[in-house]
Amino acid sequence: MLLQKTKGKLDKINDYKATGIMKTDVSFLKVPEANVTVYYKKPDNLKIKNNKGISLVPKGAVSISLTDLLKGNYTVIDAGSSTVQNNQVKVLKLLPVEESSNIILSTLYIEESKFLIIKAITTTKDNGTYEVEMTYGKYISYALPDKVVFTFNTKDYKLPEGVTFDYDDGTKKQTENTGKNNKGKVEIDYSSYVINNGLPDSIFK
Amino acid sequence: MWKLLQIELFKIFKRPRTYISFGAIAAMILIIQLGLKFDGKSYLQLLMSGISDSFYVPYEMILNGYLVAFVILNTLLIQVPLLIALVAGDVVAGEANMGTLRLLVTKPISRAELMLAKFFASVLYTVLLLIWMAILALFLSMLFFGTNDMLIVRNDVMEQIGRNDVLWRYIAAFGYASVALSTVAALAFLLSVFAENSIGPIVATISIVVVLTILSEMKIPLYDNTVKPYLFTSHMLAWKGFFYSKANSNGQAISGSVENLPAILRSLGILLTYMAGFVTAAVVVFRKKDILS
Repeated sequence: MLLQKTKGKLDKINDYKATGIMKTDVSFLKVPEANVTVYYKKPDNLKIKNNKGISLVPKGAVSISLTDLLKGNYTVIDAGSSTVQNNQVKVLKLLPVEESSNIILSTLYIEESKFLIIKAITTTKDNGTYEVEMTYGKYISYALPDKVVFTFNTKDYKLPEGVTFDYDDGTKKQTENTGKNNKGKVEIDYSSYVINNGLPDSIFK
Repeated sequence: MWKLLQIELFKIFKRPRTYISFGAIAAMILIIQLGLKFDGKSYLQLLMSGISDSFYVPYEMILNGYLVAFVILNTLLIQVPLLIALVAGDVVAGEANMGTLRLLVTKPISRAELMLAKFFASVLYTVLLLIWMAILALFLSMLFFGTNDMLIVRNDVMEQIGRNDVLWRYIAAFGYASVALSTVAALAFLLSVFAENSIGPIVATISIVVVLTILSEMKIPLYDNTVKPYLFTSHMLAWKGFFYSKANSNGQAISGSVENLPAILRSLGILLTYMAGFVTAAVVVFRKKDILS
């Protein structure tokens, strides 16, 4: 029932075009903040476009549309309650019924009073485990977040020095042992949404 | 001095071999641009293989004029010193070979002035060669491939520079490269003083640069900690430092910044010291030299 109502709220969104600032925090990427436009169209089309340059978008980022997590048939398991962002949330585990589904398991943290997904942890066959956390504000009635933090696994990155011929400035590189090397984070702060205004399919090609 | 410089420049540009360098650079650049135009994606896929599992990589946008120019400079700035030696190694030894050196030093100008004019002519040739390279490598690449953000692939990190933040870095890099290559010119110039035939100084310069570059690039601790910091070839790649940005506490690149500017300036100082040393030694030796040819 809770999941149906949450899904129902998300189903009201046919498409949206959102503008925002994307920040990438990955140990082997040094990229500036980017002004991005995020396009979404039902059922599962999502595109993040850098307005002025290049953006490296993590695979699995399509899950930030949330509807991707709720499509298909699945078995729902009540996993009790928890606290996220100082909010009491209901924890539901979704096990896809279809064996061909890329998703192995999704854990949703839903704020019951508002039928909002605050956080989702998803394990996939192709892209490992990633986590999406939403902060809601101006567009809460549409279940569209003001801020999304997408955390994902990354592999170690290294190219032979004989290929890159880097400039050695004499500083010793310290190997960070914070565990940060294996996790990446992308944060999008949305400034505005244009909702249900129609979007052509050509945008997603 | 200006008149002397003009005469030396005339001598350099009168010789057909001078234009070999310009032609060779043009050919190399066009070959690289053609290769990347037709199959740049394969090259990028190799470079991005470390991240393509985790990210959608927009290869068409990454393969733009700024990246192509960087790839070209990466390739050529190892070979270009050889082309510099071709002319700088000839400025004194070539005249000795032709028998005109003796006549030259009988003129009412000091030997030091003569040598400095020859050296500055070599430096101007170097700068012109670099300008030629900049036009072909950078501006022609921008024309063929367009412009966008620039992605720099380093050994352990990938850096993105905004398209509006790139050109000044190239200007600084070319400026630095002109000092680096002038140091090679100064070495060839010094060796030219000892020879009566330009082949010797040209080959000697090339050999020294190749051996020292190998020592600089090989990661052998014995050399890393002892010899490498003092070799001028270790500092010739510092032009790349202009493309390394600082990052804020969250790991985002800071536009307009340079990761380690003091290190670049230190490298620049070392190159200028070597250049001054080579030129001073050349002038001192030439002043005392008995010219018999």
